[in-house]
Amino acid sequence: MAPRPRMRVGLFVTCLVDLMRPSIGFAALKLLERPDVEVVVPPSQTCCGQPAYNGGDRENAIALARKLVAEFEGFDAIVAPSGSCAGMVRTHYVELLGDDPAWRVRAEALAAKTWELTQFLADVLDVDTVPGRFDGTVTYHDSCAGLRELGVKAQPRALLDKVAGLKLVEMPECETCCGFGGTFSVKFGEISTRLADDKCRHVETAGADAVVAGDLGCMLNIEGRLRRRGHASTQVLHVAEVLAGERS
Amino acid sequence: MQIASMHFKARAHDKLGDAQLQRNLSKIKGKFVNKRRSAIEELDDFEATREAARAIRQRVLDDLDVWLEIFEANARARGATVLWAATPDDVNKLVLEIAFRHGAKRIVKSKSMVSEESALDLAIEGAGLEVVETDLGEYILQINGYEPPSHLVGPALHKSKEEVSQLFHRKHGTPRKEGIDELCREARAVLREKYLTADIGISGGNFFVAESGSVVLVTNEGNATLCTTLPKVHVAISGIEKVVPTLEDVATLMRLLPRSATGQSISNYVDVLTGTKGEGEHHGAEHMYFILIDGGRTGVLASDVAEALRCIRCGACMNHCPVYQAIGGQAYGWVYPGPIGSILTPMYAGLENAHDLPQASTMCNQCGVVCPVKIPLPDLQRKLRDRAFAEELRPWQERTALRAWAWVAHRPRLYAALSKLGVRILRLGADRHRMIRRLPFGRGWTAGRDMPAPAGRTFRELYAARRARGDRR
Repeated sequence: MAPRPRMRVGLFVTCLVDLMRPSIGFAALKLLERPDVEVVVPPSQTCCGQPAYNGGDRENAIALARKLVAEFEGFDAIVAPSGSCAGMVRTHYVELLGDDPAWRVRAEALAAKTWELTQFLADVLDVDTVPGRFDGTVTYHDSCAGLRELGVKAQPRALLDKVAGLKLVEMPECETCCGFGGTFSVKFGEISTRLADDKCRHVETAGADAVVAGDLGCMLNIEGRLRRRGHASTQVLHVAEVLAGERS
Repeated sequence: MQIASMHFKARAHDKLGDAQLQRNLSKIKGKFVNKRRSAIEELDDFEATREAARAIRQRVLDDLDVWLEIFEANARARGATVLWAATPDDVNKLVLEIAFRHGAKRIVKSKSMVSEESALDLAIEGAGLEVVETDLGEYILQINGYEPPSHLVGPALHKSKEEVSQLFHRKHGTPRKEGIDELCREARAVLREKYLTADIGISGGNFFVAESGSVVLVTNEGNATLCTTLPKVHVAISGIEKVVPTLEDVATLMRLLPRSATGQSISNYVDVLTGTKGEGEHHGAEHMYFILIDGGRTGVLASDVAEALRCIRCGACMNHCPVYQAIGGQAYGWVYPGPIGSILTPMYAGLENAHDLPQASTMCNQCGVVCPVKIPLPDLQRKLRDRAFAEELRPWQERTALRAWAWVAHRPRLYAALSKLGVRILRLGADRHRMIRRLPFGRGWTAGRDMPAPAGRTFRELYAARRARGDRR
């Protein structure tokens, strides 16, 4: 079989990872960088525009979407360590930018090559080994956008299964929303906290050493509530951190 | 019905603290979610049936005026009278006109959510007539001082057996009953007398069939059958969007409605009522009226959320909604709760009166994936958010924050500088466990949760430093 031509991948770090937990970005880099893949981190990238999009500020959402399209359309693939941000590009940009025919074409082209990290690792790169090691049990929280917009379900589990020492235990209702919902978490803090609390009880039922997710938003929400509940032991980790063995 | 949706947050707060309600809500998953899952697994191809149901409902909406005219002609040909109500008030006026025409004193009613839009019961009582709700859930709410419904299918879902037992004891003056069977028997005894002596029976309408001029009623208690066949006059009230072309279409939709609603493969009763009692026939009302209400529906049809009119009122969206599961239906402050209510309430009662509802969603899309007619509920919520933002209905702080974030995010150098500063300041606010216990501008978050502190350096800073070291690991 002929070797695959070298692929140029644009890493969309996402604003939350950039600000709150850079280790996730470096873990993603470590997982993506291989001889047949060149990973580039466009320095001007910021935010995909989702807060504006879901907040009703369509004009600004369009401006930020166009900025991201221009930054990433030159790559063979765009990968984000977030189902929410990848889902934004993949399933919403065409609708958002579609009024202008030229931008529609560009949005469609980008959407078709945008991937959530575990999706890209499992479905495109077909990785069979991962560098991480985790001695203990983890439970996986399916984030809403990854699961219901992109169909990310089997990929993170299959990849976690390759981590030496790791045992996956499912929690009840792993597909139920954790209550984050972007600005919802602040606008309706009390309801959001209640949903996070339900999620924490399910995490506790699973009794794992760590709860693992593919979206930092969910992680902040779950960890924030776990700690406020006085629950100090369960780690809250991004799937990339576990797979790469790179932790904050 | 008076709208209280602007008090959504305060109402949600009360509901979160209502221990009895929380116990009742915790049963939704067993009652509805799990049963629905088993029921749709029986279908050979749920997704194909769902697509067919979507297409049937969309076909109706695409030519609604035509289907309504066909329905009207066929219903008239079978002896029924078709009346059109532009507003909820018109529904009340038409019902009272019918009541006076037939000299009615007592009216029995089976479940109709549409009649809640116009608070029909209060209008009937205001005119000095008696009205009795015969759906058990609606009856419970009626004798509890017209408490608002909390669910499309189970309006008294928020009530426990004990609360009902106490209510019956108080209102009927009978000894307290403990078992559900006993409570049902008691209600049945009270209601049976009402059916036999009522002058008019009012029902809702799950579907109006254009080809036959029939109304289809989907129930489990049999009360709709009694309401519509024992009194001499039957009045069916529903929204203009409830028409479907053929009985064949009803058959398709019925494969999904009971399964999505209660996890039943078929409801206990399905009444298909066509025309008045003919000569030599033993069943049916002597006079049959259809009241079809617009009440904002043509406005929805002309809007970018028209798909919401495909709704067949199964309640699956709310049963599966984590927000609904946490606060119940009454928090939403009007007739229709949950995800579908977050579209219909602002559209029927005014976005300015209900703009919190489309915001009160995590956009998890659990509703969208269970909807039997594929209404893209989060997309429709977002369209209403667009409108609320454009019409400046949202608080200025929220609008300013969104705009400021976007403004900065559009300027990468400024963004880099501000984020570099921001993460350092936030890091200073962390305790020794790297948790921020209180955020001055994020009380909504920190009232019930810690905020894990940022690492203190942004990814872009660290990445730039790594590149400068020539470390391309």
